[in-house]
Amino acid sequence: MARGPATAPGTRPKMSAKQRRELWLGLAFVSPWLIGFVVFTLYPVVASFYFSFTDYNVVSAPRWVGLRNYVDLWNDPLFAKSLYNTLYLAAIGIPVSLFLSLVIAMLLNRKMRFQGVFRTIYFLPSVVPAVAVALLWRWFLNPDFGPVNQMLEAVGIAGPGWLADPTWSKPALVLTGLWGVGGSMVIYLAGLQNVPVQLYEAADLDGASAWQRLRYVTLPMLSPVILFNLIMGIITSFQAFTNIYVMTGGGPSNSTLVYALYLYQNAFQFFRMGFASAMAWVLMVITAGALVLIFRTSGWVYYEGRS
Amino acid sequence: MKARRTWGRVVLYLVLIAGALFFLTPFAWMVSTSLKPDDQVFLIPPTWIPDPPMWSNYLRLMTEIPFLRYFGNTVFVTVLSVTFYLASSAVVAYGFAKLRWPGREMLFYALLATMVLPPQVTLIPQFVMFQKLGWVGTFLPLIVPPLTGSAFAVFLLRQFYGAIPNEISDSARIDGASEWQIFTRIILPLARPALATASLFIFIWTWTDFLNPLIYLTDDRTYTLAVGLQQLSSTRAAAWPLLMGGSLLMSLPIILLFFFAQKTFIEGVSTGGLKG
Repeated sequence: MARGPATAPGTRPKMSAKQRRELWLGLAFVSPWLIGFVVFTLYPVVASFYFSFTDYNVVSAPRWVGLRNYVDLWNDPLFAKSLYNTLYLAAIGIPVSLFLSLVIAMLLNRKMRFQGVFRTIYFLPSVVPAVAVALLWRWFLNPDFGPVNQMLEAVGIAGPGWLADPTWSKPALVLTGLWGVGGSMVIYLAGLQNVPVQLYEAADLDGASAWQRLRYVTLPMLSPVILFNLIMGIITSFQAFTNIYVMTGGGPSNSTLVYALYLYQNAFQFFRMGFASAMAWVLMVITAGALVLIFRTSGWVYYEGRS
Repeated sequence: MKARRTWGRVVLYLVLIAGALFFLTPFAWMVSTSLKPDDQVFLIPPTWIPDPPMWSNYLRLMTEIPFLRYFGNTVFVTVLSVTFYLASSAVVAYGFAKLRWPGREMLFYALLATMVLPPQVTLIPQFVMFQKLGWVGTFLPLIVPPLTGSAFAVFLLRQFYGAIPNEISDSARIDGASEWQIFTRIILPLARPALATASLFIFIWTWTDFLNPLIYLTDDRTYTLAVGLQQLSSTRAAAWPLLMGGSLLMSLPIILLFFFAQKTFIEGVSTGGLKG
């Protein structure tokens, strides 16, 4: 750059010495991240895209196979099953947990005794490590020796086999997920505290009913938080892995084989790195598609300062 | 009207107590199981009160499985990760928040994009890379990437630095201070609350992380608690007192941290949530 023939004037906006110094200073400060971005993100993204068109078992060099991995995916019944299971868990788990955490947050936002105690109790399970949660619930839901079916029996209900029963394993996972609902509850609580009191006062002056206050004040003011929790819910449920790996390993009869688990098995148990990379890219496209869809249909979200 | 309000209160408390039971019962079951003698684990119907409580189960955790080693490994990985993540993110955030330079916005968008990229996309090439370096089976794949910072921490710290008025650093600059001096002497001390929030969250992620240790720690002696307990659950599926005791001890540092730093916790969740 420094030597070589001088570039013709006007072909490229030249930086002044000051701008160049600023550029180098800025790059120096962000360099740890920039190096990591190139080495641990940018290169892997490109490499994984390339791997997805190859047959690769780590030991021998990747062999180009064109679109075969994607065709195999399309024809793989387990792939379809894992996608179905993931979408099932998302379609049930996300709305239920969004709704419940919102209701709990609204209840715990009222002035009352023991408010802090209740908030702590409801929030605490969400900080328990995923492996511990998974082991605990595997044992808690044990159909013979666990307390859940015992309690159900006490009220005259014959409890199901939960994680051991293909029809109940997915509901059992949703139930386990609800135990950690405190995380999104806290986010709603923060949102509720940001709703200006004047809005409620104005609503009272207009003689609004409790339902109208909820419908026309609370929910619109909270809608950005609902959108945030919805997006987080989609991202985390599409990537769900740890709890399921520990609780069921995908069983019984693949009823809880979720996407990330099947991807992991292909990559690190069967060493089908090319196939697993193709799965990763399909996951990326599905996630991006879902997020675009959410943003396109987010007309219900109210942003302050915009009508 | 008054009666109706009282009834409303009663119903509210009943609902909240029912909810509290749902959240607390599993904890009670975990504690109860961890203290059970082996012959009371598989009873029909199950019992709640261990008779007698076997406090020695916690001792067995240390002698029958290398629990202390797993614990030590987890502490080692977590302490290094938190330190590395925090040190690098604090510097990087300064470059994004307080310096003006061409390309800054573009790179910041790239940083935001990495936060929504599914980790599965980068997982396999990263594994291949570490495999070729001969790092699989060591702690290196877990503690080297933190040296390059965390997008979440950079984002959080950048927001916080941005709220610090420029007047202080401008006058320091006129007095001839370098950017590095302004960063270490002025910005960093002021950013302590944000650093606390970031380290709290990174601590929890690393302490509880399962997928990375599962992939990279192939040797039993390097296992962290997450992987060690999972392995124990597949090799000794009946050892529920040990598994529950181990899960409890694994959760305890985070629960204690929550009680000591409740405010930082809640504020972190909510600011991360609302601004993200």
